[in-house]
Amino acid sequence: MDFDFTFFALLMTNGVLIGLMYSLIALGFVLVYKATDAINFAQGEFVMMAGYLAVLGAFGVNFWLGLIVSVLGMAAFGFVLERVMLRPLIGRPVVAVIMATIGLAAVLRGIWPMLVGVDTYNITLPISDEPIELGPLLLQPVQLFGAGVALAFLAGFTWFFLKSRMGVAMRAVADNQQVAMAMGINVERYFALAWAMAGLVAALGGVVWSSMLGVDTHLALIGLKVFPVVILGGLDSIVGAIVGGLIIGVVESVAAGYLDPYVGGGTKDFAPYVLMILVLMFKPYGIFGKRKIERV
Amino acid sequence: MLSLNNIEVVYDNVILVLKGVSIAVEAGKITTLLGANGAGKTTTLKAISGVLRTERGEVTKGNIEFDGKRIDGMRPFDIAKIGLVQVFEGRRVFEHLTTEENLIAGGHVVAQASKVREGIERVYSYFPRLKERRTQQSGYLSGGEQQMLAIGRALMSSPRIILLDEPSLGLAPMLTEEIFGIVQQLRDKEKLTVLLVEQNATLALEVADHGYVMENGRIVLEGDAEKLRQNSDIKEFYLGLNEVGTRKSYRDVKHYKRRKRWL
Ligand SMILES: Nc1ncnc2c1ncn2[C@@H]1O[C@H](COP(=O)(O)OP(=O)(O)O)[C@@H](O)[C@H]1O
Ligand SMILES: [Mg+2]
Repeated sequence: MDFDFTFFALLMTNGVLIGLMYSLIALGFVLVYKATDAINFAQGEFVMMAGYLAVLGAFGVNFWLGLIVSVLGMAAFGFVLERVMLRPLIGRPVVAVIMATIGLAAVLRGIWPMLVGVDTYNITLPISDEPIELGPLLLQPVQLFGAGVALAFLAGFTWFFLKSRMGVAMRAVADNQQVAMAMGINVERYFALAWAMAGLVAALGGVVWSSMLGVDTHLALIGLKVFPVVILGGLDSIVGAIVGGLIIGVVESVAAGYLDPYVGGGTKDFAPYVLMILVLMFKPYGIFGKRKIERV
Repeated sequence: MLSLNNIEVVYDNVILVLKGVSIAVEAGKITTLLGANGAGKTTTLKAISGVLRTERGEVTKGNIEFDGKRIDGMRPFDIAKIGLVQVFEGRRVFEHLTTEENLIAGGHVVAQASKVREGIERVYSYFPRLKERRTQQSGYLSGGEQQMLAIGRALMSSPRIILLDEPSLGLAPMLTEEIFGIVQQLRDKEKLTVLLVEQNATLALEVADHGYVMENGRIVLEGDAEKLRQNSDIKEFYLGLNEVGTRKSYRDVKHYKRRKRWL
């Protein structure tokens, strides 16, 4: 069999474009874990809720209004959630937080169809759906749009954490909460900020994702992609979320492209997990995960 | 300036660690709190800075006043804002941040960015070595550099008083002297008030103006640093020297203590 370069390039490009979206959603998970040590099993449900908010906010007419409602709504949701649900759990065993977020995920998945019905809603981006030709490749505008949004926000967050005083303070909180507190940093306020950011990125990812898949509870399944991404990149690494997202995106796209014809489909869903298990076995902190620094 | 009035501290609702401690720290002076391992020195500092609560500890009796204002019960970041900062035992730099990022985080309570810049330069002027290491990840600095960074980071909020917990721990004597020298300069030039916790009584009493000795959660001795240096009990227990000038082991000291109690 001849190696079809165009086909390979198409799989790669698709992988990268989708991967950037995974990165953005995984970033929400990483921010929360890094700053507060909480593992958020509801990140996928955040994305789903963001989709519903975008549908409701748009009133079927104005996409941008929907986007704004979703972004503000999710940021506020993250903020309030920290106050109401997570803060009382500070100092409790990690398992308590994990169970709470799993519970939250189930509640969100149940309550939204109750509120708005089980139909699949559609969101249309105000951009053309004519594929764009790039040499021999045909690219979907919605994917390019999503990748562009993801890149812009990933760059924004990188700037925030490296250059802004608030970002540095947030990393200090992640490093050592007690010392940060003694330096005059209101640790709880940064916890709330981390959750609000998780809501924000879920909204961005959710709106783009919804426009590709439609809005119903299946949207929450994207949460399942978050785990391979963050395990691969390192649970607490922003760079790791970006690189991990790209790798998972490419791996699943390439695996599906070459293996699906033989196994009849579904490769996409398990290939990332195979990779995740391998990473756990050989590189437990992920590629960029924080190690405890041991000086000699 | 800072006074602890007969405070009791309890951990986990049951473990009584401080049993009525009174300490007065005078403005512009270095006051040292000496004592063996486990005496309750760190607990005392944590009670003052307010971080005790994050370890399930509580001031159950007495009170702590800073400039005439009660601060026990205040939240740690509010205490830092009114000019009181603790430098933790074991340095505890933000390992994954660079030297300069540690300083920026230390200046969190300062509103103006230009003031933070000035603060960083001021810290560099006292600790030029930190400037050389400004972009290095602080987890990889040497022990001495980390101690300098921990002190520098505390200075970033322009505090009026800092609480130093065993800065000499694990450092070579020469380095410790260098750091203590800088602490003295800070007192003299910046009018900084210092509460210095130490096990190394010799060094601490050389730089301090006033001292307290803590044993088993109680203050057992208090006086001018000069006087404490002459005190024979101090010499025996905490300077670690007996009559012939040899270092006593911890076990000997304990032995002695027991004997003394029976008498
Ligand atoms: N978080 C804590 N919970 C329970 N007991 C503690 C805690 N921290 C310290 N202690 C106990 O309090 C006593 C005094 O400790 P500490 O203040 O660290 O002494 P020092 O700093 O003088 O070595 C010790 O017996 C120690 O075991
Ligand atoms: Mg101690």
